[in-house]
Amino acid sequence: MTNLPSISYFIPELILIGLILTTICLDFSSKLRKHILPVNILGVLFVGLFVWNSLGTNQNIFSYLYIIDSFSTFFKLIFVLTTFLILIASSASNELDEIGHPEYYTLMMTVLLGLMIMVSSTNLIMIYIGIETASLASYVLAGMKKGNKASNEASLKYVIFGSFASGIMLYGMSWLYGLAGSTDIYQIHESILNSSALLEDNFMIYVAILMLLSGVGYKISMVPFHYWTPDVYEGAPTPITAFFSIAPKAAGIGLFLRIMYSLFSESGNFADPDPILNVDWPFLIAVLAAGTMTIGNVLAVQQNNVKRILAYSSIAHAGYMLMCASILSISAIKAIMFYLVIYLFMNLGAFFFAIFISNKCEVEDVEGYKGLGYKSPLMASLMVLLLVSLTGLPPTAGFIGKVYLFSALIESKTFYWLAVVGILNSVVSLFYYFKIVKVMWLDEPKDESKITPKLALSILIIICSIPTLVFGLKWDLLLEFINKINF
Amino acid sequence: MNESILSLLIFIPVIGALAMLVFAQFGGKENPDGFKWIAVFSTGIQLILGIWLYLNYNPTDTVLTSAFTIQKEWIPQFNIQYYIGVDGLSMPMVLLTAFLSFICVISSWKITKSPFGFFALFLLLDAGMMGVFVSLDFFLFYVFWEVMLLPMYFLIGIWGGPQRQYAAIKFFLYTLFGSVFMLLAMLALYFYSDPHTFNLIALIDTAKTIDATLWGYQIKYLIWLCLFIGFAIKVPVFPFHTWLPLAHVEAPTAISVILAGVLLKMGTYGLLRISYPLLPGEVYHFATILAVLGVINIIWGAANAIAQIDLKKMVAYSSVSHMGYVILGMAAVVSNSKAGAEAGMNGAAMQMFNHGTITAMLFLLVGVIYDKAHHRYIFFPTDYKDKALAGKQGFGGLGAQMPIYSALMAMAFFAGLGLPAMSGFISEALCFIGGFSVDTTFAGESSIIRVLTIIGTLGILLNAIYFLRAFQHVFFGKLNEKYKELTDISLRELACVVPIAVIILILGIYPAPLIEMIAPTFSNLIDLIQSTPITGI
Repeated sequence: MTNLPSISYFIPELILIGLILTTICLDFSSKLRKHILPVNILGVLFVGLFVWNSLGTNQNIFSYLYIIDSFSTFFKLIFVLTTFLILIASSASNELDEIGHPEYYTLMMTVLLGLMIMVSSTNLIMIYIGIETASLASYVLAGMKKGNKASNEASLKYVIFGSFASGIMLYGMSWLYGLAGSTDIYQIHESILNSSALLEDNFMIYVAILMLLSGVGYKISMVPFHYWTPDVYEGAPTPITAFFSIAPKAAGIGLFLRIMYSLFSESGNFADPDPILNVDWPFLIAVLAAGTMTIGNVLAVQQNNVKRILAYSSIAHAGYMLMCASILSISAIKAIMFYLVIYLFMNLGAFFFAIFISNKCEVEDVEGYKGLGYKSPLMASLMVLLLVSLTGLPPTAGFIGKVYLFSALIESKTFYWLAVVGILNSVVSLFYYFKIVKVMWLDEPKDESKITPKLALSILIIICSIPTLVFGLKWDLLLEFINKINF
Repeated sequence: MNESILSLLIFIPVIGALAMLVFAQFGGKENPDGFKWIAVFSTGIQLILGIWLYLNYNPTDTVLTSAFTIQKEWIPQFNIQYYIGVDGLSMPMVLLTAFLSFICVISSWKITKSPFGFFALFLLLDAGMMGVFVSLDFFLFYVFWEVMLLPMYFLIGIWGGPQRQYAAIKFFLYTLFGSVFMLLAMLALYFYSDPHTFNLIALIDTAKTIDATLWGYQIKYLIWLCLFIGFAIKVPVFPFHTWLPLAHVEAPTAISVILAGVLLKMGTYGLLRISYPLLPGEVYHFATILAVLGVINIIWGAANAIAQIDLKKMVAYSSVSHMGYVILGMAAVVSNSKAGAEAGMNGAAMQMFNHGTITAMLFLLVGVIYDKAHHRYIFFPTDYKDKALAGKQGFGGLGAQMPIYSALMAMAFFAGLGLPAMSGFISEALCFIGGFSVDTTFAGESSIIRVLTIIGTLGILLNAIYFLRAFQHVFFGKLNEKYKELTDISLRELACVVPIAVIILILGIYPAPLIEMIAPTFSNLIDLIQSTPITGI
């Protein structure tokens, strides 16, 4: 589709750009400044509405630069939902009181825009623009607490790692361009298939895949590109950490699936079970997935800072999802999507609880959580539910999500060893999640004073807990929604 | 009534827990006794329903013909069903669960540390156990199996002894380690069976036709192994038993009773419900290993029990030993004489029930003395914190001080060591008869199970050693001056212990009701296994 008619498909992104500009303009007037938050929340809702509307469309726009399909729409919904919840959480977090700057919202919306571009692009240049838009704004967001050393360090680490990874990715893209003479992923796919030289020797494709992986892998904190994660998660303001643990990861996974299936599978679509020219990248991904979840889980065991525990746990969860990315099948993609939705709720819920505690007690260490079960029974019970779900035990949604991931793996009848690694990892994860449960409930509180979170936060925690429990008992609604997504 | 009774059995405790939640919001804080009454009420109804179920239960029914079976869609897209029913295998377990839950609530009357949490979690645990024993859908079974872990973790971790936190997480990690393998086996069964299903009854026909290999082994063989790891940890089979003494000792009395009385049986129940009927061909190959592990359990558990100076730890190790009989009896299924196989299998199932009652009585009685004396050492350890007591005898001469208590304890100890006229004797004897009958297997191969059984009988002797030694040091001899003021067992405690004692005696003299309940189901199971052609690994 040419440019002008394409615009009607591009409305969500346009609203978002408008929202970013409006936020900047509102900042000019000290009277209007206080409306920034409601305007942003409303704006994000509108974006979500338009994205929801485009479910079911399947359209290449801007002359094959961009695609609106159910796959990308699903991921956009994830981003919008995350952003919406994070916006509310930000308003309730004490850490951000002292910041209170409008640029916070501008930057977050910019990240959202970048992520949306990432999962919708079908052209290497657009993909790169998407990644950089999201990354650059993320770097600043991580350093939002300007006076705080840890936050500064987080930002710096993020920039250095990020630019390094995207540099390598860019090099991989130019490699692909050299092989195929195009930046359009469909044309690259075509040229690779028709190239007799590559058919004889597919080493070049391996190199390209490896380099592309470094950029995407960095976004989803895949081993060995995970080193930035704990420090950035610890240093960044908690709502931003929560945001980082979901949205860019989902985008990374979406982009990863898009690239791998469109570029490096034999037929270039999602239904294809064969990798291109017998390049055995599924095995590579399987190994990386095993490494990611194992390192994430094992390193989490020794952590004492709740944010660092959750950081390593997010690495581990990326590993679980990658596990399914190593098998090419529709049911694997669906399992990943299913897991993403569940992961969104349970992980955000856990982070919201961390915000609540850092608001009230100003601690992030596990020790500081002592006796919370007696000080705030309802919230601590919900936290147990969320942690149980993160571990993957019934009757919570996390268990069902894992069942689907392992189902896809076993159904494909490949990589049984990966399934064994995966389940052993869930056992390891029990240990550190229950370290938090232990201090909250099994240790006696120092004092009996009750604490309650701000209303907005308690509502958010409850909102995240309900699906975590309900989808554990009756998940067919979610399943139907995922099944509606056509590939 | 028939239709919904099994659902009621599972969900009445859940309703009770919800009622507690409501009650806690409205005046529960000032009225901690209310929680106890709700718990008594819920488990009481459950027990009455259980007895009603037993009276209306027809042993010759299979789950397919039984009026109590419920089969409803849960998640149709994944072919998961809410499919529950009872047969001769689950019926004794359902009764045992309902009975012990009720007893445990009464025995926990003196819980003062947040009774709301204790009893609510206890009821959830109860629901989980009941669910495991009636599930006929593997997914449902797995959900209940895991749901139990969380309440158990808190019950040990909050209300337990000094090392409770370590015991709780160790229990949790061990069981989870086993059950994740079970999860893999479950998914493999689902995807390799045609049509894909979790239905345990349908899988009896389809699972044995699975024909695929992985890493040079039959998939069925690997599935059996995964299932076995899951169940063996729960039983617990040597060498997976190390979580047990710790968890049993640290848990509060009622929870020790549930752990030893019901939870351990889940392991053997799972083997009999899932591994045996679904993969009968593999049972044949594993029978000798089962027998070896069973005998190791018997000897190793008893030998460890002899070395204990803590009464509760001794009882805990005696559980390891007694569960060994169950495993040995189960191995007898390959016997070439049908009567021998039946003796072994019926003995195993009866031992599951009888050990549940005997060990419950032992733990309850140990709990009684602990409540009074605040310790339960036969001998104080040499590094005891009170130097004057270190290495000394813990009690002594209680026989004259607490006559009723001593009589009950004597009875429990004798039941534990398998004295005739107690229920344990019959089931242990049947297990040995079964094991001894396996000279050759039904396929005509010679087997070492008979030799193993002969070694296993040593366990009876070892059992006698530690029980009699403990009895002697606690109840005979000169009365320890410190315990001159000890009062005898209270009425409430009697009310907990006496019903169990009555059951042990009745089943010891007249075991027919129990045998009649289980025999038809096991006869079918043995036929199923013995009619399966033996294939290679």
